[in-house]
Amino acid sequence: MSLHKLTLRELSDTFGKGEVTAAEIVRAYTLRINQVEPKVKAYISQVKEAAMAQAEALDQKLKGWRRTMPLMGMPLAIKDNICTQGVLTTCASRMLATFVPPYDATAIARLRGQSYLLLGKTNLDEFAMGSSTENSAFGPSRNPWNLGAVPGGSSGGSAAAVAADECVVALGSDTGGSIRQPAACCGVVGLKPTYGRVSRYGLVAFASSLDQIGPITKDVADAAMLLNVIAGHDAWDSTSANLPVPDYTKALKKKDVKKLRIGVPREYFAEGLDPEVEQAVMAAVEELKTLGGEIKDVALPTTDAAVATYYLIATAEASSNLARYDGVKYGLRSKQSHTLLEMYMKTRQEGFGPEVKRRIMLGTYALSAGYYDAYYAKAQAARTLIRRDFEAAFREVDLIVTPVMPTPAFKLGEKSEDPLQMYLSDIYTISVNLAGNPAISIPCGFSKAGLPIGLQLIGRPFEEETVLRGAYAYEQATDWHKKRSAVR
Amino acid sequence: MQISKQEVERVAKLARLEITEAETEAFSKQLSSILTYIETLKMLKTEGVEPTATVLEQVNVFREDKSRPSLPVEKAMANAPESEAGHFAVPKIINET
Repeated sequence: MSLHKLTLRELSDTFGKGEVTAAEIVRAYTLRINQVEPKVKAYISQVKEAAMAQAEALDQKLKGWRRTMPLMGMPLAIKDNICTQGVLTTCASRMLATFVPPYDATAIARLRGQSYLLLGKTNLDEFAMGSSTENSAFGPSRNPWNLGAVPGGSSGGSAAAVAADECVVALGSDTGGSIRQPAACCGVVGLKPTYGRVSRYGLVAFASSLDQIGPITKDVADAAMLLNVIAGHDAWDSTSANLPVPDYTKALKKKDVKKLRIGVPREYFAEGLDPEVEQAVMAAVEELKTLGGEIKDVALPTTDAAVATYYLIATAEASSNLARYDGVKYGLRSKQSHTLLEMYMKTRQEGFGPEVKRRIMLGTYALSAGYYDAYYAKAQAARTLIRRDFEAAFREVDLIVTPVMPTPAFKLGEKSEDPLQMYLSDIYTISVNLAGNPAISIPCGFSKAGLPIGLQLIGRPFEEETVLRGAYAYEQATDWHKKRSAVR
Repeated sequence: MQISKQEVERVAKLARLEITEAETEAFSKQLSSILTYIETLKMLKTEGVEPTATVLEQVNVFREDKSRPSLPVEKAMANAPESEAGHFAVPKIINET
């Protein structure tokens, strides 16, 4: 049995029945990682020895006891902007190249509470700013389906690790599409929960009003299982919602979408959408109709303004959040400086890569005296209109279906010289962050070149169950999720 | 929308970023092109629309003003580039004379 090929549900069942030990699981994944990681480069750091020690201790402790918690003994990869106590957390930045967090993010603490096993920390665009992982200070990750293509971003390392069977499931973070877009590029499932559903405590802040942690998995059931563990209120994050957490796996009982009204926003099928992607998404809409969904046209008229709105709000928040990297409390300090001001300026010059600098510059500009009203305040008003669009649409429908990305994964280097083109690849995902809704990306086909295509299902705030139900019904009726990349 | 090199330098100073001549040049071009795209927002009618800073309903979250266990000093200081006797050490700010 090839353990690395199993889904979380399968591996958890196998482990729960005592058919395999935690040490055997770590051994199987170590082999797999050693085999494919030189090609995929999904990880920034690996902690397989620590995982093995934990696995052996767990096996020892479990002798003769029942294994009840679903994530117990499960090997995970975690995006390297989520704090893991005692394990290097770099944000793919020179600024934090030696940063070892003294505490766990709440999502990690919850996994630890179930005795999960951490295999390593995955690559990302520096501070989660990018759509390809090419902005990582440690070099890009590769798409397991085509090593010349990007895995998407910013959670590209997590998506590639799941797609290449280098972990059973992974955590990513999504500020403008950073879970869903790489999931689409790599042919896996990525769920961005409602803003506030998962605690952000210990997630290194990029844009605090948009950031969410979420699962990246091989199928929809695994996403529900992982969300069950990480969702919920947290006193350490005042923006986490104090609402009960349902058992998300119960949303998967029905394999149809009967009585669900499903909206197709015409603004998402306008110019710039690759015909192969459009075809795959429209075929998926047909499938949802066959499964009992009532398909309706909906309007999201402010869609055109979303990219501009996002790149003002996200960069403004980032310029403020990243002010903390000043060489005083943690991270890099320039050795070239003699005065305090010089230390700030040189530390930030040496520590940040080009895209992070560009966004700090854009955000600082948008917030600076004389430009605040024209840019930042304008974007905040536009955000209200984008939210209202979704509220109005969700009075007519229960789910909205769209593409995830205008094209399949692009080639490495194709967009890295043109920041605006890179920003426009987020066009179908960023509105969801501005509005706060939950959304999932699931595989819905392949391009002629053999690259995966993603389908996005968006739901009402805190209606992850409906999103999961729709995604599961579609998944069960198709077999895209069973296809695996050929990397070996 | 043109962002001059002087404007780039002004913003870089506000952001406490030292930038090279080549970066000034590149940012001037790239920010001009990004801001030209962003200008399209001006066509959106937003008169009387209240701003959204957060999608959350709640405004303030309070807790009791009671001390709780927290990170010990040595753990909190462990990542400091330079420290002295439990304090963060920085270059001298005040001149002696």
